[in-house]
Amino acid sequence: MTRGTRLLLGIAAPALAVFAAFVITSIVLLLAGDPVGAVWAQILSVPKPGNLVNIVNAASVLYLSGLAVAVGFRMNLFNIGVDGQYRIAAFAAAVVAGQGWLPGILNVVLGVVAAMLVGALWAGIAGLLRANRGVSEVISTIMLNFIATSLVAFLLRKAAVREPGSNIISTKEIPASSQLQGFDLFGLLPRPIYAFAVVAVVVGFLYWFVLNRTRFGFELRATGRSATAAVASGVNVKRMTLYAMLLSGAVAGLVGMPLLFGQDHAYGSTFQPGLGFAGIAVALLGRNHPIGIGLGALLFAFLDEQSNPLQILVGVSPEIVNITQGVIVLTVVISYELVRRYGVRLEQREVARALGDVPAAKGAAA
Amino acid sequence: MTAVVDPVGSNLAPESERRRFRWWWPLVALAGVLVFLNLLRLVTGADDITSAGTLRATLVATMPIALAALGGLWSERAGVVNIGLEGMMILGTFGAGYFGYLYGPWAGVLGAIFMGLIGGLIHAVATVTFGVDHIISGVALNLISLGAVQYLAALTFGDQKERFPGGGPTQSPKLGHLPTISDLLPAGLADAVNSSKLTKALIGDLSLLTVIALLLILGTWWVLWHTAFGLRLRSCGESPAAAESLGVKVMRYKFIAVLMSGAMAGLAGGFLALVASSGFRDGQTGGRGYIGLAAMIFGNWRPGGMLAGSALFGYTQTLGLRQGGTSVHALLLAIGVLGLALAFWQWRAALRTHRATQGAGLLAGNVSVLLLTVAALIPVALYFAIDEVPGDFTAMTPYLVTLLVLAFASQRLRMPAADGQIYRKGSAG
Repeated sequence: MTRGTRLLLGIAAPALAVFAAFVITSIVLLLAGDPVGAVWAQILSVPKPGNLVNIVNAASVLYLSGLAVAVGFRMNLFNIGVDGQYRIAAFAAAVVAGQGWLPGILNVVLGVVAAMLVGALWAGIAGLLRANRGVSEVISTIMLNFIATSLVAFLLRKAAVREPGSNIISTKEIPASSQLQGFDLFGLLPRPIYAFAVVAVVVGFLYWFVLNRTRFGFELRATGRSATAAVASGVNVKRMTLYAMLLSGAVAGLVGMPLLFGQDHAYGSTFQPGLGFAGIAVALLGRNHPIGIGLGALLFAFLDEQSNPLQILVGVSPEIVNITQGVIVLTVVISYELVRRYGVRLEQREVARALGDVPAAKGAAA
Repeated sequence: MTAVVDPVGSNLAPESERRRFRWWWPLVALAGVLVFLNLLRLVTGADDITSAGTLRATLVATMPIALAALGGLWSERAGVVNIGLEGMMILGTFGAGYFGYLYGPWAGVLGAIFMGLIGGLIHAVATVTFGVDHIISGVALNLISLGAVQYLAALTFGDQKERFPGGGPTQSPKLGHLPTISDLLPAGLADAVNSSKLTKALIGDLSLLTVIALLLILGTWWVLWHTAFGLRLRSCGESPAAAESLGVKVMRYKFIAVLMSGAMAGLAGGFLALVASSGFRDGQTGGRGYIGLAAMIFGNWRPGGMLAGSALFGYTQTLGLRQGGTSVHALLLAIGVLGLALAFWQWRAALRTHRATQGAGLLAGNVSVLLLTVAALIPVALYFAIDEVPGDFTAMTPYLVTLLVLAFASQRLRMPAADGQIYRKGSAG
């Protein structure tokens, strides 16, 4: 297969998936009797600068979440617990940074370190259970998500300061010197892009570097591909399982940071939930590739942002876009599979042509 | 590789396998549990741990989890991992709300099953026909179901006020009640049953849907383990290549199993909307699909064990809600005592191994016994240190208990050999 064909096949799958999601969503809208054209006209309209900033900001958060999930995926670990890990970590960071022990940016660093440590610890529980007791990480991280919800609720009540006349409770606001203003590109943008968007890009690069260019990353991927082969070449699988979960949890700890330091400045009962599950979808969409995850995060953020005003503009509930997102995840894996099968057939045919002998080539390919 | 690390487990496993299952075991176990809990109530004075109200609430809390677990059992026995149970349940709650309000509660039951079937169909097409990774398909299904139900609820209950009076974008109008057993019995007999609190809770107040659910569990056990159909279905989960070489239509069986799974999970959602509460609400499932999956794993992919796991979950969940602080406080003592008993038992076993093998495993055995003893003393110490468990902790009890149980039991579990593996037609060669 030539390089061009391979590239074409690589692009074909996501394109096919997005198209299929488009068709299926349209069918749902049609069946429900909602205005199909008006919905797509809004979603596919060119976003205003303010919306663009929102998209980039939301995407940077989703990107971190996707990376956290992808670290686990590369080692065949399914970390559903990113959701609990980022919430408990963001809470810890809010409490630590809220004390204002260190001045300015150092305080931010301290908060981030606290978040990564707590995220890693929380994921580490699942890692230990998997490595030493053989408990499936899928189940244990789901349980840990629920436990994290209750634990954070309890601790929040202990640590909270209550605004007078409000039901919302939250941690102490972090000092003004540690609140990151972000970049508005000298006033070009109506609202600033999170400072942590840069961190997200750096983490994306580190993800690529550590997994593809270091011995640790090689061992991690090897274990993910075949645990028995990894054992045979001297990899300690138990230890790698624990490390992978710790790493995934540490990255999950970063997920809440853009929101905490760039927007909310405290952890309260209204802190954005559900980012961990969105991260799973984004990681699947991007096939665990750092750039792919980035594109997936941008697509999801774009759909979320553009669907927001649907209720006001055309009277359609914006949840329709959740259907689209779910369908994209499903169709993307289906179309990758279809394209892969097609690619295999293409290759077999090529081999057959090269050998000029169909039955023998078939045997060789199989 | 780890030949001497765990002499206890390796020594006991064959022995426990040699014991044959007897039909009266579950009854003895149930009686034992009840006696233990009553003793606990006497010792701690936490009255709600065995009250009739707790029993009734436990039954209601157990059934949706058990039905979801039953759904998981069907598909995983045929080798398809189903993490989409949660999504299928969500679809079921909406089906029950929509059809149940328009055409009566029994139509709601059918509507829930129907919606669950749609979820099962999506999962079956993705995993069986297209060979997509089972967990990915399940996660996608959960996303789609949640979005679809929120969208549909806003479209129906939210927008059509005159058709659904009292409904809103996140809830259906109040649904009619399914009959209970005392509704069906002749008046005299019903009064007799309802005269005692215990029989009223265990029999009289039982919804017919609970009875149906229990029959479904029994029926599943019979179909999967006592018919040729069941044997073939399970063979697809153990070794699909071997099954296909014997002429079993593997793809067809897997497809049927996943559809059944969807129907059961949908019914689990219907139970939530029709029996456990009085209508559809957004977010009603609260992760029970995942919990059902955990209960099934805890039950070693068997119907009886799965029911026990669901009951454990339903019970701890109920305790958290009924005088949670006091009841869960009492539970701490129970966990501690059970932990100490387990430690004692392990110590005896280690001693026996030591006598048999002269050395080798004694140290390893003692270390694990010591760890277990220390771990068991923590809840006991907590019990005496505090008077009441804070509300947030009672809410996490079921999840914590599941995690603990899995941590101690998961090495004895055996899942279907080809569970989660993608099979393509003709792989038998």
